[in-house]
Parts: sequence; structure tokens; C-alpha cells
Amino acid sequence: MAQHVLLIEDEPNIAEAIRFLLTRDGLRVSHAAEGASALSMLRQDPPDLVILDHMLPGMSGLEILTALRADPSNCNLPVMMLTARGRDREMAEQAGADRFMTKPFSNAEILAEVRAMLGRGSAPG
Amino acid sequence: MPISALTGTKLRDRRLAAGLRQSDVALRAGISASYLNLIEHNRRKVTPEVMERLADALQIDRAALAEGREVALVEDLRAAAARGGAVGEGGAEVERVEDFVDRFPGWAALIASLDTRGRALERAVEAMNDRMTHDPHLSQSLHELLSSLSAVRATAAILAETPDLEPDWAARFHRNLHQDSERLAAGAEALVGFLDAGQGIDEQGIAAPQEEVEDWLRGRSWRISDADLETGLEAEIAALASTAARSLARAHLAQVRTDAARLPEAACLAALEELGPDPFLLADRFACSPLVVMRRLAEVPGLAAGLVSCDGSGTLTFRKPATGFPLPRFGAACPLWPLYAALGRPMQPFEARVQMAGQSDRRHRAIAWSESRHPQGLRGPELREAAMLILPDDGLGPVLTVGSSCRVCARGDCPARREPSILAAEGVG
Repeated sequence: MAQHVLLIEDEPNIAEAIRFLLTRDGLRVSHAAEGASALSMLRQDPPDLVILDHMLPGMSGLEILTALRADPSNCNLPVMMLTARGRDREMAEQAGADRFMTKPFSNAEILAEVRAMLGRGSAPG
Repeated sequence: MPISALTGTKLRDRRLAAGLRQSDVALRAGISASYLNLIEHNRRKVTPEVMERLADALQIDRAALAEGREVALVEDLRAAAARGGAVGEGGAEVERVEDFVDRFPGWAALIASLDTRGRALERAVEAMNDRMTHDPHLSQSLHELLSSLSAVRATAAILAETPDLEPDWAARFHRNLHQDSERLAAGAEALVGFLDAGQGIDEQGIAAPQEEVEDWLRGRSWRISDADLETGLEAEIAALASTAARSLARAHLAQVRTDAARLPEAACLAALEELGPDPFLLADRFACSPLVVMRRLAEVPGLAAGLVSCDGSGTLTFRKPATGFPLPRFGAACPLWPLYAALGRPMQPFEARVQMAGQSDRRHRAIAWSESRHPQGLRGPELREAAMLILPDDGLGPVLTVGSSCRVCARGDCPARREPSILAAEGVG
């Protein structure tokens, strides 16, 4: 069964590009644009990896991450954060993010990170 | 009574310039030649009485010996050494600063002005840093730019690097690319507009606004006459570099205007002649606050009075120095000032004969008073304002030794000291 990535990103065009990229890499991608729906999707359809934007409307990326890590079943769930500013990183690290991508990232970087975090080798076919 | 180390050197210079022998001058002054020799080599401190006799023997003005216009410069250099941490072994020779100022006035002034400039630049960097970090518009604009740029980059890469892209997807990504490039352009335009509309370097706080206003007032000899009020000073205020300084200057001018209405120049001078510089007698005569009188007295040229005001936090809001009573340019002042005694007990006058540690034997009479206001009414916050008038004084009586601020204060046994001084401690007379 394909591994499942939950993408939490409010910019529709970024979300679409990442989704396209990961789907073509053989992953199943679901997408949430804000915190409340992201947290309910986490419970209903547990992912193997979360990609989380830092700046989100309403609940911030950090708040989502804190809520996520508070649930014992998610404490080992790999989380990649998309950040714009270097100084956000420290706070994200403390809140329990595993990896970071700084905007604007390249597609190759995202793919390589996701593969590494999911323990996959190179892309299938 | 401490006299600056410079005094001995000066005495010697004056004596040699006058072509007089040490023994002759000593005889005229009624001291031994060997004692004069020690004084001239700065190895003995001089009492005011001996100083007076020596000045007479050399036929020079005593004040010219004990003091100089360099007092402020000396103070600035000490403060610079304290800030630079250049104190102690291998650092600046703080104990010889007067000698330095005396011998190399030009270099000394240059160091002081470089220090001022250095601090100004530090402030500018801090202001810009603050702005970069905390300005919500800037951070919003940057976020917007980075977001659209990320979308453009990811989308363009998919279009360029996916050879077998389905036409539907391709069309979709082209549309996204177009949208995002429009957003990117709009975002960049907004950012450029924001930065252009931003302030120049002066606005960023190259000089602290309060210092700018004080420099302006110093240039006017700390005086805004009733005639100046008639003509207005808008041109001078408009020439100040920062908006903050212009607004402070306007507020100051408005205050002077209000004060002048209460206590017009001519009436003030006449009453001063009759009653002397007693803020409370004058306040009673004109039915106004002693604070108004103190501010007005600080403007009277012949009185040579200094004035400091502070708000309830003790932050100095106005600083007019008096000769021999240097005020801290920044940072906290001396907690022993009667100003702070008054601040703690509004509506109660405080008077003290004070002397700045390390500032020769010059004395001042400090008169302080504080009032509270409730500008938002009964349930609003209480605001306090205190002022201290610093009058030259040669009267006798117990003297309180105070400082300007701890780092550059020589008082040895100070119970209120906050931090060590860079100066050699001196006893308290």
C-alpha cells in the first residue's frame, strides 16, 4: 500500500505542486489548508509523514505541531516544516519538528527529504 | 578638597609663562617652595584657600585654574572609556584623562565625537533590527513574496522537468504560474513601496531624539525668549533630522509657551530681582506651579542654572547641565540626587547643597519638587513629574556628594552605588 503524506499548507498553488510531485513519486497525498481540519484528518486517516507550513491562518504551524505531539500515538510521526525565516526554526525544533525546508525550496530538495524521512530509496520507475 | 590633577600642571605652566620662580610664588602665597613643587607636580591636592592665594600670587583668575570648558569633554571621555570597557590593565588611562584633554584637546574632542557617532550608529542598527524583526507590514510582505516565489519555483520546475506531463495538468500549472507571477509582481511592488516610503537614516535614530532636541536648545543657549514665541520657531524645528525630535521640540515649545503665559519674561525677571531664585516664593507670587517657575528660571541667562526633569519612572526627560554639574548623556542618573527624593514625595520641597564627586570644589544648590497629575481623571493613572533646579552656590554648610552616573563617579563610600566606577575612588569630605 502507498505511503501516506498529510500536507498542511494554505497556499493552494504550492499545495498543488507538492501534491503532484509526491503523487508521481508513488505516494498518497491528502491536503488540509488549516489547523482544525488537519487535526481531524490526522485522527481519521493517520499519515506516515506530515508536511506542515509554518505560517497558516488561524492556528499556526507551531500550534498544530504542539497539538500533534501532545497525542502519544503521534509522538514518533515524522514532521517536516516549511519555514520562511531562520529564527522560526529554533522554536519549531523545540516544538518537535524533525526536518525543515526553507521557502523557496526546490522540488528536488523536497523529494529527497521526503524519501529520506520515509526510509525510501530512489524513486520507483 | 579635591582639585583635579590638571590643576598642578596648569599652575606650573602659568608660573613659567609669567617667568616667575617657584620660591617667589611660594613666598607670595605663604607656602613653602617644596610644597608648591609637590602641588605643581600633581602630588598634593590643594585646598581652596591655598588655591586662591596661588591664583592671586600668579595674578590669574581662580576659576580658570580649577575649571575649564573641558569638564564636559573629560566627562564624555570617561563615559566613552566605561562603555568601551577600556578600563584597567592595558586599557585607557582614565586617571590621566584630564592631562590628555589638556595636552591634546583636538584628539580628545575627536575621540568623544567618534564615541558619540559610534553610539548613534549602534542605535540606528538597533532601530533597523527592531524594524526588520517586529514590523508586521514588512514581515507580511516578505511572507507573501516568499510564498508566491515558492509556488512559482515549484510549478515552473514541474513544467520544465516533467517530459510526459498530461496536457490538462500542463494547462493547470501554466494557469497557476501566471497567477503566482502576478502575485509576485504585486508583492514586490508593495514591498518596494513600503521601503521607499520608509524613513531615511536620520529617521532611524542616528541621534536619539532627546539629544537632538538638546543640541538644538544648546545652540540657542537653552533659551526661547518671549520674542521667539511671537515669531515661532517652526523653521528651526523643521530643520531637525527626525520626526521624533521634531515632535519633542514642538512639545517643548508648547510647554514654554504655556509657561510664558503664566510667567512672562519681564515679570519673571523683575520678581527674580526682588525675591531671588526661590521657586516657591515666585510660584506663590504668580499663583503657578513651582515646576513652571523652575523651568522659567532655567532660561534666565544670568542665573546659569541647570535643570533636570524626570517622569514617574525616574527617566530623565529634560537635561540642561550646569557648569561643573555634568549630566549623564544616557542611562540612569545618580540616585542620591534630591530629584529622586522629591519624586518619591510629591508636593514636598527638597533642597541640598551638592557637590559632584571628582569635580573640584564647585558646589551647587539643588532644589527639587514633584507633582502628580491625573490626565485621565479620577480613575486614570497617576503621572508624576519631578524637577531639580541646579544653582551655582558658594555658601557654607554640609555638602552632599553626588555623581552623574555610577560608572563615571568617583565617590568612594557611596551607599547607593549600582555598579563599580572606572575612576579611582575618593574619600568624602
